[in-house]
Amino acid sequence: MGESGVTPSLILHEALRHPSTIGTLGTRQWNALIRVARAEMLMATLGERAAGTDVPDKARLLLDEARAAARRNHDAARFEVLRMADALRDSGIPVVLMKGSAYLMALLPPLPGRNIGDLDIMVPRESLADTERALKGAGWLSVKPRGTYDDAYYRQWMHELPPLAHEMRGGVIDLHHTILPLTARLTPRPERIFEHAVRPAALAPGGETDALPDNIFVMSPPEMLLHSATHLAYDGDFQGGARNLWDIDRLVRHFAKAEGFWDELTIAAAAHDLTVPLARALRLAEALYETPSPPSVRGRGDIVDRLALRKLRGHDEYGQGAAPGAQFLLFLRGHWLRMPPLMLARHLWTKWRARRGEGRREAPQNAR
Amino acid sequence: MTMQHMRVRIGPATFDIRSPFRAPVEAARRLYAEYPQGSDDEIFDFAVAAVPTVWWRRWYRRSMTFRADYMMEDIVPIEERLGLLGFEMAVNMQMALGYRRDIVLHAASAAQGDRAIIIVGDSGAGKSTLSALLSYSAGWRHLGDELALIAMDDPITLKPYPRPIGLKNQSIAVMRERVDGSRFGPELTGTMKGTVRHLLPPAGAIANMDVPARPALIVSPHFAEGVAPRTEQMSQSEAYMRLSVASTNQLQLGEPGFDTLIRLVREVPAYDLHYSDSEDALKLVADLWAKAG
Repeated sequence: MGESGVTPSLILHEALRHPSTIGTLGTRQWNALIRVARAEMLMATLGERAAGTDVPDKARLLLDEARAAARRNHDAARFEVLRMADALRDSGIPVVLMKGSAYLMALLPPLPGRNIGDLDIMVPRESLADTERALKGAGWLSVKPRGTYDDAYYRQWMHELPPLAHEMRGGVIDLHHTILPLTARLTPRPERIFEHAVRPAALAPGGETDALPDNIFVMSPPEMLLHSATHLAYDGDFQGGARNLWDIDRLVRHFAKAEGFWDELTIAAAAHDLTVPLARALRLAEALYETPSPPSVRGRGDIVDRLALRKLRGHDEYGQGAAPGAQFLLFLRGHWLRMPPLMLARHLWTKWRARRGEGRREAPQNAR
Repeated sequence: MTMQHMRVRIGPATFDIRSPFRAPVEAARRLYAEYPQGSDDEIFDFAVAAVPTVWWRRWYRRSMTFRADYMMEDIVPIEERLGLLGFEMAVNMQMALGYRRDIVLHAASAAQGDRAIIIVGDSGAGKSTLSALLSYSAGWRHLGDELALIAMDDPITLKPYPRPIGLKNQSIAVMRERVDGSRFGPELTGTMKGTVRHLLPPAGAIANMDVPARPALIVSPHFAEGVAPRTEQMSQSEAYMRLSVASTNQLQLGEPGFDTLIRLVREVPAYDLHYSDSEDALKLVADLWAKAG
């Protein structure tokens, strides 16, 4: 960008932290900021943060467009939550809303502006079959046909069933029974999440939320934060990390106002075997957004932190990833953590063969 | 990578177009020479880039894929010689997926004075040809051949988005008989839709791209060999369904999007048009237009 090593990613992180600073950005920096914010799904969040700041007219137009889109997205997401809650109302199965839909229904501060994707929910493993049946009865169908490799893989090894898409509306539910794949090296305890789950209204500022049936819950604050941290720092390659870390920043600043939060968080992290990913997530959140946390919980940085920061700060002025080396190593790490090496080899072999098969089937159509 | 680069404004949106491939950017520069060129000192709406499928494909068996603010996964790579078409597709995709300030309708549109016709229909039904005929043979102001932007205001207005008209196959010859060759882009053969050639709208359409119009008539063309020319009025609910399905973003716009389309089909009559000949099509439209008064 010409200006003393301030990369487009850093402009975004700084803009989210201190929105008043965007008043001084030049046109070229604005264009870069918009690209990176879109790539990181943080455009509407930026719009909300910058609501009181003087910005160029065109920037205001694009930020407001994104804010309006996020509000519509929330309407649609809320509708899907309520339809799901209806479908499971009489089942008596405890249902925990996860990530975006939890923030939405408990009115937590990653909102407003936070884009909400698929509806992630969690039920006890022994209730999976009943839940799946009830959802199928209400129109949600599995996108992976029974008996295929993908379907079997999900059911045997994953922390969720294959996605269920609604036959009319297309809305997708990801039905979980724990928060990490069963093949992962760490094994959190889902039963503790159900023990500590709370009603969305218990967390909402003012206690007012949409009326939800009695069997709909969200995670307790420490576990909600742990889940977000684990998702970022353990299950994956830091793709979309700026957004996930922003969630973590907002949750930490909000939850840490309560007396004893850090103690509860430390106990929960130990109980779930998630102390390491929590520490990493807090370190990265501090690096990007100055998120406050006790040094004892945060721990010491390592090589993975440095790779992740290279990737998180590596977008170019068109929002494209510009740290391919770090990206590749993190991709390998993500798979390494997700499954044992022999299983990984078998999985990649099967996937590679399937792709080759697809390529062969498509080839005659492409030939001219 | 040294990048070729240009910015162009089409209606309400400015696009930043770039590529290490020289030829497609130069072709886009020539095609859009009459359009307002964005400057480096302005905030633009969407970035679109054509990049080599794999790094060496920049030099050998040249083929490109696209990166942009909003992209669908699994875009089929295209040969370098069709790069112009790729840019057009990627630009349209930004409007379809990313533009939320108005309802984006997959439709052509044209105006007489401040009143407009909306032409909806599936790909290949004859939207582009009919809109080209209206602007070059019947004196209409071209508003767009592919996407119509419906502002969610009261009264409802249509914002021009007058991209070059994408003529396909036989309609290229139909228009070539009527319009000077200097208004045409290069002939692109062997595309997924056959032969494609862009036709610049009349200069007045480009000069007036910021002047909106009010919808007064909706038609859905159905070109078929050997059918007698006739029109058939749609019910309001049928018209709503056709428009809603033709929109790339109306459902995401929630209640304002719903209300606007409902008002539109209540206020504006909609017809199916059947014809086998372009003169018949123009006459059917002229009759309906007179009736819509």
